[in-house]
Amino acid sequence: MTNETLTILTWLIPAGPLLAFFLIMLFTNRSRTLSWMIAWAGVFAALILGWIVALNTAAVGAHHLEEHPTVVASAFPWIPVGDFLKGTWINIGVAVDPLAAVMLIMVTFTVTMIFIYSVGYHNWSAPLGKILGVPNHLQEEPLLSRFFAFMSLFAGGMLLLVLADDLLLLFIGWEIMGFTSYSLIGFWYAREYHLGPDDIPHIPPYKASIKAFMTTRVADVVMLLGIVFFYFQFGTLNFNQAFTPENLSDVLDIIGPTAFGLMTLMLFAGTVGKSAQFPLHVWLPDAMEGPTPVSAVIHAAAMVSAGVYFLLRIFPLVAVASGPSGTDAVSFTIAGIGAFTALMAATIAIAQNDVKGVLAYSTISQLGFMVAAIGVGSYVAGAFHLITHGFFKALLFLASGSVIHGMEHGAHDVHDHHTDPQDMRNMGGLRKKLPITFWTFLIGGLALSGLPFITAGFWSKDEIFAEAWYLWDNDGFILALVVFVVLAIAAFLTAYYTARQISMTFLGKPRTPLAEHAHESNAFMTIPLILLAFFAVVAGWAGIPENFPVIGSMVNNHYVHHFVGSTIYKLMEELYALHLVKHPIENLPFNWEPLIASLVVALGGLFLGWWIYGRKPLETDQPDPVQRPLGPLYTFFNNKWYIDELYQRVFINPTTYLSEKVVYEAIDKKTIDGILHAIAKGFYGFGYYVKRFEEVVISGGVDWLKDGFLNISKEFRQLQTGRVQEYALISALIAVALIAVVLLINYGWLGQLFN
Amino acid sequence: MIPLSWYLLLGAALFSIGIYGVFSRRNAVAILMAVELMLNAVNINLVAFWRYLTPEKSAGMAWAVFVLTVAAAEAAVGLALIISIYRSRDSVIAEDMDLMKN
Amino acid sequence: MVEQVLFVLLAIITLGSALVVVTNRNLFHAALALMVTFAGVAGVYITLDAGFLAMAQLLVYIGAISILIIFAIMMTRRLMQAVEAPFNSQRWLGLFGAVVTFAILAVVLGRYWSPQPNVNNLVASIDPEILNGSVARLGASFVNPDAYVLPFEVASILLLAALVGAIVVAWPKVEDQS
Repeated sequence: MTNETLTILTWLIPAGPLLAFFLIMLFTNRSRTLSWMIAWAGVFAALILGWIVALNTAAVGAHHLEEHPTVVASAFPWIPVGDFLKGTWINIGVAVDPLAAVMLIMVTFTVTMIFIYSVGYHNWSAPLGKILGVPNHLQEEPLLSRFFAFMSLFAGGMLLLVLADDLLLLFIGWEIMGFTSYSLIGFWYAREYHLGPDDIPHIPPYKASIKAFMTTRVADVVMLLGIVFFYFQFGTLNFNQAFTPENLSDVLDIIGPTAFGLMTLMLFAGTVGKSAQFPLHVWLPDAMEGPTPVSAVIHAAAMVSAGVYFLLRIFPLVAVASGPSGTDAVSFTIAGIGAFTALMAATIAIAQNDVKGVLAYSTISQLGFMVAAIGVGSYVAGAFHLITHGFFKALLFLASGSVIHGMEHGAHDVHDHHTDPQDMRNMGGLRKKLPITFWTFLIGGLALSGLPFITAGFWSKDEIFAEAWYLWDNDGFILALVVFVVLAIAAFLTAYYTARQISMTFLGKPRTPLAEHAHESNAFMTIPLILLAFFAVVAGWAGIPENFPVIGSMVNNHYVHHFVGSTIYKLMEELYALHLVKHPIENLPFNWEPLIASLVVALGGLFLGWWIYGRKPLETDQPDPVQRPLGPLYTFFNNKWYIDELYQRVFINPTTYLSEKVVYEAIDKKTIDGILHAIAKGFYGFGYYVKRFEEVVISGGVDWLKDGFLNISKEFRQLQTGRVQEYALISALIAVALIAVVLLINYGWLGQLFN
Repeated sequence: MIPLSWYLLLGAALFSIGIYGVFSRRNAVAILMAVELMLNAVNINLVAFWRYLTPEKSAGMAWAVFVLTVAAAEAAVGLALIISIYRSRDSVIAEDMDLMKN
Repeated sequence: MVEQVLFVLLAIITLGSALVVVTNRNLFHAALALMVTFAGVAGVYITLDAGFLAMAQLLVYIGAISILIIFAIMMTRRLMQAVEAPFNSQRWLGLFGAVVTFAILAVVLGRYWSPQPNVNNLVASIDPEILNGSVARLGASFVNPDAYVLPFEVASILLLAALVGAIVVAWPKVEDQS
């Protein structure tokens, strides 16, 4: 296939879902069926085109790609900077390199599976639900078109981000996903909760969506500032143009390692928000208020992956910032946050009772794994785990949605609408009732725990351990050891809580009538589960290291490592030659320690979880067995380390107080309005006096004049008696008087009258 | 040998008497009679001046004849008016004809 | 001498009857006095050698206008009413006005007007032929295009208009009877 065709296909990948969004929103939103069909068409097109492009990229061959990693590059000038005519223009465009290719494979596939699943999840072809903005259990979702419109927009945004060749288009996709995440978390906008003291706490979806948006907004602002800083220093936002050895060393020389590290950390802030790392992780558990497909796509397959993908894209920056000429503070910060998040989230997960809550904290924890891996410098491990995690986490979320659906069927059958169908304490024995869901959930859970050799999760997690161990063993990098230990504990807890979850949900006997009457979901939901389960197992095999004993030489020699690594292989070689980074992308020698550690933690955790929860399954209303031994620690974990309450006290209450009491009431209403009212009053008063002046002086003057004239004329009117004789007399008298005057003037005083 | 001024004085006196009648008589016909007196006084003046100043010309006499004519016409019309007023108002007292009052 | 006495006599008659005209309660008596006044004036004309005018005066004034006035008096009189109050409310002011008028005229005539020297000579330098031919000259001037033919004709039209006008004005209103 020619490069031109490939370029056109690449541009068309995000076009499918985006076009579907517009069509649904503008034209077909009245027909739910037509809407989901159009959405399916969009993502299927993206799937086919994405896989074609990705496979074509893979076909180039890893060796060739090491020299020229970017297979497709196409850009156009978009926005002028500075003078319109003489200034430069920022270009945006698409680029496909191996990292983008593997992301395309994972993202398009999981998103398509989720779209298929959603049609069944929202009970299409069941009787139509009547109430808008609220989940209508077991009835068809009335706002299905809106759902698929936003999902399509989200998919388009994610694909734009994956294919972006510059920070600007990436940020555009980033923000599109932020918005659609907000819309989809708050999809059931009218839902309110009326919870009892023993129920799992929930905040209503509209509040959860605002929480998600606000928290990521904090991160996005810092990230945007970082992008501006980046543009200011590098003069371009394009990855390939910015990340050259010359540019990187020049910028590092000009601004120094501290500022360079600061720029990196500012960009990393975006990842902290989007991938729910501590301290900005609080939005993700509450984002479970959205429908389960939303949780799957946004918080497993795509959006949170975008944060890590972004970190991978700016990996050269991170590597140089934490390299020999940079500061260790960068890697300490990134890896520290990642490792801490992984451990913290895992501890919270072991004490959660909501089936989706466990998975939410599991996601946060696994993202911490990836961030920690990148923080110590293992590019490929982080990317590999990102891909596998997308598959099995999406699978787990979809399966949990199937479980919840089954429970709701049970609730409908026994007419109990008060028991929470998502609470694992109300489940049990679902293995028999929901067999397909059970087996796929089991496969996903084992992949998450890292069941050795079989599951994808094992290979990707093992890769992280291997790299971390190598850095400690080979270079004496203390941070790598810390990361190794912390992640090992977190992996142990991961396996533990996964076994706990599976045992509580599926094993034993049903603890409530809901679980008794649950039954399997329809094909729309089960088929994607099966397909995703396949990938959850198989996807890891492509990453088996070639140095692995026995198996390594059997399988295609560490294809993922070579393929994904080829994205920045040449760059890292050059940077390593300039002593700007600590390590190039290299094949690691095999070590036993990390392998043993993975085996121990995975199997140990699974075993412990099964021992406590699965061997003697819980009875109805039996409290959690670890609650008594752990005591206050259990409460601490159950309440999520009280971080939400802390934030409420420290940030939210003062801000609310500031905005309500200070800005709104004191400044806006009292001061500004006060000034305005005073001015208005002044004008009123002035107007009143003007009016009085007009009344008294002007009108009064005119009236006085008028009355005066009337009075004068009244007097004069009396002259007109109507009697002609009087007129004649008066005329004669006046004539005589005039003549007398003339005579007197002409002839002086009268002397004698005659002669 | 009567001095011209005697004739003129006679005319003035007759004119004054006529004017007194115009001012102070109530009956409209009486007012008209007084007006005739005034016209006669004028005529006396005209003829006197003709006789003493230009007896060879005919202007003075002609003018006097015209005054006579006009006086006759005016008396006729005036009396017709008075009769008409008497018909509609049943009174010929000049004081009471004050329709144009104010 | 004789002329002066005659003149004074005529003046007394004229002015006296004029006073009766303006003061008498009885309108009919006033009308008759008016006739006497006209006769006196005619006499004055004769002393001024204006015989034609004296005759015209007698014919027109006494013969027509006075009769007209008497007709008017008769027609505007209430039944059996003979006398009425003669003066209106402004009589004294009117008297004052008349007196003042006469005073002014007399003052002007007496003090400030000096006639030409030979004016007072009535007959001295007058050719009797001029006086005799005065009527003929008057008649000729009425038909002379360079003289007073136009005013003469207009006067006749005036009389026609007055005639028609008087008739129209005094025509009794005809009541429509349906």
